[in-house]
Amino acid sequence: MSLAEALDMRPGEGADLVLGGATVLDPAAGFESVHDVVVRGGRIAELAAPGSAAADGAERVEAEGLHAFPAFFDPHVHLRVPGQEHKEDIETGSRAAAAGGYCGVIAMANTEPPVSTSADVEALREAAREGASVAVGFLATVTRQMAGEELTEMAELREAGALGFSDDGLPLVSARVLRRALQYQRLCGGTIALHEEDPELSGDGVMHEGPVSAALGLAGIPSVSESTTIARDAALAGYEDGRIHVQHLSAAESVAAVRAAKGAGVRISCEASPHHEAVRSLDPRRFKMNPPLRAEADREALIEGLRDGTIDCIATDHAPHATEEKEVPFEQAAMGVTGLETAFAALHTDLVLPGVLDLCLVVEKLGGGAEPFGLERPSLAPGSEANIALCDLSAEWTVGEEGYESRSQNSWCAGRTLTGRVLMTVAAGRVAYRLRSFSLGVAQ
Amino acid sequence: MRHLLAIEQLSRPEIEAILDRAESFAEVGRRDIKKVPTLRGRTVVSLFYESSTRTSSSFELAAKRLSADLVSVKAAGSSVDKGESLKDTVATLTAYDPAAIVIRHPSAGAAQMVAEWGEAAVVNAGDGKHEHPSQALLDLFTLRRRLESLEGVRVWIVGDVLHSRVARSNLVAFRAMGAEVTVCGPPALIPRGIEQLGCEVSYSLERLGEADVVYALRLQRERMRESFVPSLREYAARFQIDSRRLGRHQLLMHPGPVNRGVELSGDAIDSPQSLIAEQVASGLVVRMAILYELLAAGGGRPAAGERDRERQPTPIGQPA
Repeated sequence: MSLAEALDMRPGEGADLVLGGATVLDPAAGFESVHDVVVRGGRIAELAAPGSAAADGAERVEAEGLHAFPAFFDPHVHLRVPGQEHKEDIETGSRAAAAGGYCGVIAMANTEPPVSTSADVEALREAAREGASVAVGFLATVTRQMAGEELTEMAELREAGALGFSDDGLPLVSARVLRRALQYQRLCGGTIALHEEDPELSGDGVMHEGPVSAALGLAGIPSVSESTTIARDAALAGYEDGRIHVQHLSAAESVAAVRAAKGAGVRISCEASPHHEAVRSLDPRRFKMNPPLRAEADREALIEGLRDGTIDCIATDHAPHATEEKEVPFEQAAMGVTGLETAFAALHTDLVLPGVLDLCLVVEKLGGGAEPFGLERPSLAPGSEANIALCDLSAEWTVGEEGYESRSQNSWCAGRTLTGRVLMTVAAGRVAYRLRSFSLGVAQ
Repeated sequence: MRHLLAIEQLSRPEIEAILDRAESFAEVGRRDIKKVPTLRGRTVVSLFYESSTRTSSSFELAAKRLSADLVSVKAAGSSVDKGESLKDTVATLTAYDPAAIVIRHPSAGAAQMVAEWGEAAVVNAGDGKHEHPSQALLDLFTLRRRLESLEGVRVWIVGDVLHSRVARSNLVAFRAMGAEVTVCGPPALIPRGIEQLGCEVSYSLERLGEADVVYALRLQRERMRESFVPSLREYAARFQIDSRRLGRHQLLMHPGPVNRGVELSGDAIDSPQSLIAEQVASGLVVRMAILYELLAAGGGRPAAGERDRERQPTPIGQPA
């Protein structure tokens, strides 16, 4: 199913566009070449020879020197609706996604209250049809009120449109509960996305357990808290032939656990986040998230996991928090950073430009979040629904200088100068975003 | 020196300057009138979010001996009880234009944040399990009076290193003065990766005889409920410093308060090798020296450029 059919967003006219002379890179289709990208009625009509496509009533965008990618898809964002609209809402969160080149996102269900009933899902879908700039899918919780005890009415939730299930924010502590959910999944479908952590091992940890936590006297979250739970859950999924998606891998041991499970034929996919992959020197004393920033060897293992296919996709785990929730001592600060607006630029700056990862691989992984949830991967092949991120790979910009589309400012890239910027996003056939200076022609 | 946030941020000459200053205050302490006018007209705020007897009383007395005006705020019974954030409490107290804020807080990095928010000199009187620099300085002062130099001296820090801010500050302080440090305790109470701070790790007292100084840490009684140790009895059997284990040539220290019969036996506490009473006495003069060095010696606030430089090594502050 295309994004427009499967997910919800504000209705609008299908775009009519000609991106003149864009460098088109579609990793799934395996091509990189210069074309006039012709979009008619919200679908990719043609990849024409450069300079050959007539505007024919469509808007013509001079895209010479710019790159057109299949737009990105983020399987893990927190839109904070309902209940925490002071951090983010569907409108601001989806605008942030559009500004980052995303055509679709999947919103987590750990809201206040959690998304546990079909009425919750229907209300969210309605809100997305009113205010979402990009296609939004919603997960429902696996257990009622995320208490980890009783299953939600999974079949009814699926009928109401829940894309899948997750208690993200909290692990499913009980193996029995996960097993029951996997059994029930045979009836109702819906990928189960798992926040993998053993609370017994994590304790009251606030950062990666290692030399830094030792020096600061902060309680550590050991890598094995994540990897042992992944191994357990992969075994359960294998036993019940269930479909699971492991969220935000952070540790080398976790990559190994997923690799082993894939080797054993388990139906498992996984994601990793730019803040865990991108920068060598990101200071664990200045950022707090769960899972935490880990050691350099873990970062390298994540990159290797992207290269060898163990890691299917990149997810931002976009986690907006209000200033006062971060303006407190480390141990009390809220967990999480925002990332939608900077994911591509940060990965391009930190991994593509230094030659660590191929541009094509990064674009592929940024679009890889749709398939684990049964959605079509965004594509530029003619006939596809138009999902396009138009980027200037040489544009430099300072994060936060012009503010954020997100309601929150806890960006892990705040103040950094990044190279590569999204100028325009087409999401599910509609123009979802234009960089203001670009729409005025200044960027040219 | 603009703040005292962590021993990690002090150079050896800076440490020695404080210790030398403390010697001169020890002389003042022997006079009939024990007060000097150095900080007359200046305000020191003492802000304690955790219970404390010796640290708060010695800082407060130190401020009074230096003739400062003292505002003492305890979290219990203050607006903190009513849910005021640290930032707002500090902003309120800043209205009194304090020259210094002495803060103890249950969270690592709290003192650093207070230093970033205002103009007052900040003294970290304990931030979570991170650092307790004035304790380390008074321990160095106490030891220096017994031993001429710490160069090459072997110090064993024994006990619950994981939960101890004193262990972290003292490890760094002893090393800065040239001592060799071994941390010793049950494995679950030794933080993973601590050896990267430049110490050796031992899980037994077998080689304790190598030590010149034995620094015992408090073991809180609730630790066994969390399975860090099976029982106080087994802990005492393996790690208690008693007169049998403590050699005649070895000095014994403890930051207090002591769990008599747990980490230390009564006879060890009362032995001639014990410096515990001297540590308490050193607390006052060293804390006078700290306030003096911050507020009087350097001639007040540095220029903006210098201030930026001094803020550079950020141990831990506000996260994003």
